Amino acid sequence: MSNTVFQPDRCAILERKDFPRLIEALSAKGYRVVGPMVHDGAIVYDELQSADNLPAGWTDEQDGGSYRLKRRSDAALFGHVVGPHSLKKFLHQPETRLWRAGHSAGRMEVLPEDETPSKLAFVGVRSCDLHAMAILDKVLMGGDYVDPGYQRSRQQVFVVAVNCGQPGGTCFCSSMNTGPRATFGFDLALTEVIQNGTHHFVVEVGTERGAQVLSEVPHRPARDKERQTAVSLVARAADQMGRTLDTAGIKELLYRNHEHPRWDDVAARCLTCANCTMVCPTCFCSTVEEVTDLTGRQVERRQKWDSCFTMDFSYIHGGSVRASAKSRYRQWLTHKLATWLDQFGTSGCVGCGRCITWCPVGIDITEEVRAIRQSDGATLAKE
Amino acid sequence: MRSPDPAIAPIAPADPMAVVSYRVRRLKRETDDTFTLELQPRNGAGSMDFAPGQFNMVYVFGVGEIPISISGDPAKPTTLLHTTREVGAVTRAMRKLKVGDLLGVRGPFGSPWPIAEIRGSDVVIVAGGIGLAPLRSALYRILSRREQYGRVVLLYGARTPADILYRRELEQWRARFDLEVYATVDRAMSGWRGNVGVVTTLIARAPFDARNAAALVCGPEVMMRFTVQELLKRGVSPQAIHLSMERNMKCAIGFCGHCQFGPVFVCKDGPVFRYDRVKDWLVKWEV
Amino acid sequence: MKTKTMEELLAESAFFKDLAPADRRMLAGCGRNVVFKPGEYVFHEGEVSNQFHLLRAGKVALEIRVPGRGAIILQTVQESEVLGWTWMVPPYRKQYDARAVELTRAIVFDGACIRKKCQEDPRLGYEFFKRFAVVIAQRLSAMRLQLLDLYAKP
Repeated sequence: MSNTVFQPDRCAILERKDFPRLIEALSAKGYRVVGPMVHDGAIVYDELQSADNLPAGWTDEQDGGSYRLKRRSDAALFGHVVGPHSLKKFLHQPETRLWRAGHSAGRMEVLPEDETPSKLAFVGVRSCDLHAMAILDKVLMGGDYVDPGYQRSRQQVFVVAVNCGQPGGTCFCSSMNTGPRATFGFDLALTEVIQNGTHHFVVEVGTERGAQVLSEVPHRPARDKERQTAVSLVARAADQMGRTLDTAGIKELLYRNHEHPRWDDVAARCLTCANCTMVCPTCFCSTVEEVTDLTGRQVERRQKWDSCFTMDFSYIHGGSVRASAKSRYRQWLTHKLATWLDQFGTSGCVGCGRCITWCPVGIDITEEVRAIRQSDGATLAKE
Repeated sequence: MRSPDPAIAPIAPADPMAVVSYRVRRLKRETDDTFTLELQPRNGAGSMDFAPGQFNMVYVFGVGEIPISISGDPAKPTTLLHTTREVGAVTRAMRKLKVGDLLGVRGPFGSPWPIAEIRGSDVVIVAGGIGLAPLRSALYRILSRREQYGRVVLLYGARTPADILYRRELEQWRARFDLEVYATVDRAMSGWRGNVGVVTTLIARAPFDARNAAALVCGPEVMMRFTVQELLKRGVSPQAIHLSMERNMKCAIGFCGHCQFGPVFVCKDGPVFRYDRVKDWLVKWEV
Repeated sequence: MKTKTMEELLAESAFFKDLAPADRRMLAGCGRNVVFKPGEYVFHEGEVSNQFHLLRAGKVALEIRVPGRGAIILQTVQESEVLGWTWMVPPYRKQYDARAVELTRAIVFDGACIRKKCQEDPRLGYEFFKRFAVVIAQRLSAMRLQLLDLYAKP
């Protein structure tokens, strides 16, 4: 897949009126099409029946602890950024059954799970979420062990990415080098252009499979000027980020500031509600529980999302290792921005800003890092 | 993943998520709250090869699964031994098992004691409380290749004389001429003729050459921290000290995230760690 | 076999071998050999503390008697270790019972005499306090770990 901006031979124009055909083509191929839609006052990811489900004319205003939907003055389909859901909802599900077993007559019989791979097509994936998916691929499939459930979901994913034309109030993908332009991991990438009475999508083809789907949808080659418009739209977006994060030496910065007074400061605000871990597209922690029936002879082992913010997330006999809210917030931030690098070779953060938006008290990860950096090496004043 | 010498290199199970049925052959009460499960594959055939230091996820049907170190002899893999304390719901359920009952076992997992790498050096084994369990496997292995090592010393600390594990074996080991065994308890009633004092007090006088010694340490984290200090004071190199860490685990394969200790996953980067790898994190609070 | 002189014994002991020869000679004059049979008390809690022992062989248990619980061993001291530091600090009273667990050979020193000499010669006093400070520190550190009761059921 090419990294060069909007290569002429891989660019096409898809008119707004023909857009629904893209969704139809994917459905016809047997994909479950997932995309953004308005629900309960937010733009979430869910199964699309048609292009009519998309949040046309809606945008989101995001800030620390605040998310509001607002009407746009145009009818853009993707004139918003990311909401509380990420692809993790489908690939690394909130709850899934690992296996079932029956216990009788001195035997334990494990019933295998249905191994039919799913066929998902994601429409409207932002660059940050593409990076997040790549990060989860590394975590759950790139080591000595492979998570079979994730691998099964991931196998036949078709990706229609969307380049953000207008970043959100809490976005900082530019700082994390994860956007706003989608550069990999997509079959098709769209840049929505609404100007001078026209409304179309500049389509970049990323894979053979993507070209194949596009061939079933009315489109035409992109003219140079149309390509340039897309280029400048996305370039402009890169400069309009709501937040910034300086990642220079961030691992060492966080490692040496383990006792920085800022942690106490944030602990006084953090409710350990775990919202941030739920909305974060790369948080992968899970727990396992046994669910029996009343006879005690049938059991299901279920895997569920978990969060390092819970009190008993990490314990040894005797009690929790991270009893204080301070230690749990510190664990989350340090893992996301520092130890992840040692574990997986990349940052765990993609700059999507969800944790800032969905924190009920508006704790801002970029602010916390800035504060620590500004007084690097500080310790609590002696009394 | 089979290695030419299974008891040295780590073994990974063919299917890390598959729970294999094992039958309880014996449940031996070691102390009033510690017991050893002796397990055999359900259908009698087969064995579990493991390297000393590795652990299994042991499952009680319908109750839950916990990590327990393997404490048996790697040269006798048809019998699986797990020594554990009764501290929670799963171990309480285990304690009530009868001979013939079924358990699920997943494993083995984790990094083993570096038995091969330390050949040629003196070996100091420092065990605190139930930390003796994973170290027993290491000792079996070392004794089966005794000529490959220098002086071998076992330092063991228990809470009281009643809490001493594997007592008969300790006495047998103490009777050997090629192994030094020093035991101590934290507290005893008058009449006890052994040592009283924490296990770290045994280190200064233990007979080994610090410049050419490797140390294998397992016990409560605080005990390990102080043990390392005493070993370093004697002149043992930080790269020659190996600890076995412990954390709660759900998956044992690095996916659930629970066992993280700073940048390492205790389940797959450990549980055995070389001291210099974890030393900066051991001194941090609430890591 | 030639019996070693007191001075030779002290020169060999880890505890005193770095002392200046003149000091060692003085110390040797204040010491004499003693033997304790298994079960025999070395000293009792509450006794005036004017002595300390350097163990040459055997094992001594420091015990305390707790009503309702019996006699509990807090610590054992063995060969080449020093037993007793209460002779150095007021109120100069033994805090525990000390009882030989097995046949124990030791050198007992006249603490009162050494105290007087240290008073007269602060340099000598420093040498003693330097060494005993280490013993007290080690015992304290070990005792604290014991106090944590790390192997206890949580």
